[in-house]
Amino acid sequence: MRLSQLEVGETGIVKEFTDLEMSVKLMEMGCLPGEEVRIERIAPLGDPIAINVAGYQLSLRKREAYTVVLQ
Amino acid sequence: MKADIRVALVGNPNTGKSTLFNVLTGLNQKIGNFPGVTVDKKVGYTTLPDGRTAEIIDLPGTYSIYPKSQDESIVFSVLADKHNAHTPDLVVIILDASNLKRNLLLYSQVADLKIPVVVALNMMDMAKKADIDIDVNLFAKKLGVPVVPISARKNEGTAALKNAISFANKFAFQEDSIDVNTIAPELVEAIGRELNIDNPYLALQLAHQHETLKFLTPEQSDRIEELEKEHSFNSQKAQGAETIARYAFINDLLYDTVKKPVTAQGETHSNKIDKILTHKFFGFVIFFAILMFMFQAIFSWSSYPMELIGDAFVWVQDSLHHTLPPGPLTSLLVDGIIAGLSGVMVFIPQIAILFAFISILEDTGYMSRVTFMMDKLMRKVGLNGKSVVPLIGGFACAVPSIMGTRTIENWKDRMITIMVTPLVTCSARLPIYTLLIALVVPNHNVWWVFNMQGLALTGMYVFSLISAIVVAWVFKFILKGKERGYFIMELPVYRMPRWNNVIFSMYDRSKAFVFQAGKVIIAISIILWVLASYGPGDRFTKIDQKFSAPQYTQHMTPDSLSRTISSAKLENSYAGVLGHAIEPVIRPLGFDWKIGIALITSFAAREVFVGTMATIYSVNGSAEKMQSVYQKMKEAKNPDTGQPVFTLAVAFSLMMFYAFAMQCASTVAIVFRETKNWRWPAIQFAYMTVLAYAASFIAYVVLK
Repeated sequence: MRLSQLEVGETGIVKEFTDLEMSVKLMEMGCLPGEEVRIERIAPLGDPIAINVAGYQLSLRKREAYTVVLQ
Repeated sequence: MKADIRVALVGNPNTGKSTLFNVLTGLNQKIGNFPGVTVDKKVGYTTLPDGRTAEIIDLPGTYSIYPKSQDESIVFSVLADKHNAHTPDLVVIILDASNLKRNLLLYSQVADLKIPVVVALNMMDMAKKADIDIDVNLFAKKLGVPVVPISARKNEGTAALKNAISFANKFAFQEDSIDVNTIAPELVEAIGRELNIDNPYLALQLAHQHETLKFLTPEQSDRIEELEKEHSFNSQKAQGAETIARYAFINDLLYDTVKKPVTAQGETHSNKIDKILTHKFFGFVIFFAILMFMFQAIFSWSSYPMELIGDAFVWVQDSLHHTLPPGPLTSLLVDGIIAGLSGVMVFIPQIAILFAFISILEDTGYMSRVTFMMDKLMRKVGLNGKSVVPLIGGFACAVPSIMGTRTIENWKDRMITIMVTPLVTCSARLPIYTLLIALVVPNHNVWWVFNMQGLALTGMYVFSLISAIVVAWVFKFILKGKERGYFIMELPVYRMPRWNNVIFSMYDRSKAFVFQAGKVIIAISIILWVLASYGPGDRFTKIDQKFSAPQYTQHMTPDSLSRTISSAKLENSYAGVLGHAIEPVIRPLGFDWKIGIALITSFAAREVFVGTMATIYSVNGSAEKMQSVYQKMKEAKNPDTGQPVFTLAVAFSLMMFYAFAMQCASTVAIVFRETKNWRWPAIQFAYMTVLAYAASFIAYVVLK
């Protein structure tokens, strides 16, 4: 299961990343293995998405969310 | 100003860092809720309780010491360069108490550089509201640094913070966060040995960042590169391992110091607002309604104060003409300087209103939602959601907007944004549009609420956005990008705008406009007055001789004779000669030589247009009847046909020219500064001038 496949309101726990460069940037922002993420909303045009992680809202593109593998 | 202690302010974006800076220094600055508004290094001073003066440096907000954009890279280079004049003695790290986990990453990185640290725990009020309970004493004990709870917005706890600054240690006593030696130990040791660095984390950071650090000599940088190869160092992997270790430390730290409500809270305030503002349908409706309201407001709210300022200038000119003795000096003052100046002052209300809106949009956090909503659309045309901010900021002025593109990490996205931002209708074009629209568009209401002039102005703004997007799309195919673009961005919670900030922004920007543009405009007004009042050779004496002949003095009234003479003089003045020289080129656009003069002077700055028009028509008009520029232009007649000069076709052709042409020396300069290559401003100037000519020509031919 990938982060990009979750629906709005669904939660998941980050397991690993498929892309090194993206993982470094996401982990800095508090989105790292073991962390719970919830899809808050999807932008009006279908991309990017906004997730809740570590107590705040982070937006990222679907392509980027696809590199996040969930447990 | 000499300071006894130098303090750097470091923190994540949206933590209230700029607000704290303002509270501490009293030196108010423009701040917004959008990540990355703080671009340039800001410095202020504060007096500590012990009477010493502290210099406070406001560093750009960043989530990590690893820079993702140009302005973020300033943070590490200021903190790491021990031999720089700006090296801080102390770092105040501001942490958002309602979002400690992510904020602590930056803290742990900075702390490991072993610079003395004081922690300012901001937004304690918001944390309380969210039922987050922080054991501040235990927290401070575990970190080994002073921790001061504050609320920068409410100005609470800042006295205690100043106290903590004055009592801060000269040496760094903070606890270690992670064992840096587990990450690339041999490399860290080798760099430490060769560069004589005893801090392992500093050595590790040099390995990561040596390519962009200015304080390293090329030899040092090359040596680090060699060592990295020797120890097969992978920067990204090392950073990943470090980040994981740091969050493990943070989780351990927060485990017994912070208590959060276990049950998930109900929907937050911010979330409810987001449901509406980023709604599939209403999101865009609201965005366009806000833009529409903004432009209508700029037009209608400003009309009364503008009239007042305009009338005041006419009165001043009028009374000066009556009290001062006639002569070239009076003429220079009244028709040159004051006429030019009135052209600037009259637009203060519009600029103030525009900046009030932009400052509110940034401050509330709405601007980052616009970024979120527009990213997909922007990406299609080769831009980035983050390009929306410079583009909207371009409505005010391209210069700060182009500086603001530093927050766009991707090179290609950033370049395209820089190339198209000057196309967006900036505040300098506003006077020109307002004047020309008022001349040719009737002041009626359609559909009850929409003023036709307001609609025409909105049309020009929308047109400028469309043209920026189309040009961006073309550049998408021309430019070749190397790196991948990404869009990992915080959406800050909504906040009420700080009204004193809004008012300050209105005042500050209007002042900057008057002083910066005013200087250029007065200088150009004087030059213009000279060029328009004197002519080459003996042309002027010949005109005087010609019109003193009996066939003129006997058959014309004195009034019309003097007008004919001054008209002939203007045409034969230096300005007239110059205007005539370019007339063949601009004739197809519907412009005469007088407009030609305005076009030439406007290449320094667009806002000069109105002043130029005022000066040219003052010189030409009779001194007895002072009028506003509007009336002068309204009454301007083509001497050959007797028809008004400013027809619908000419006015729109002129607006098209100003919409596209790169008539701004400051923008050219800033594009050079930001791209560090003359090629970019040159390409920009060329493509914009070509577009201006073509659009102008089409508008004239179609509307004629």
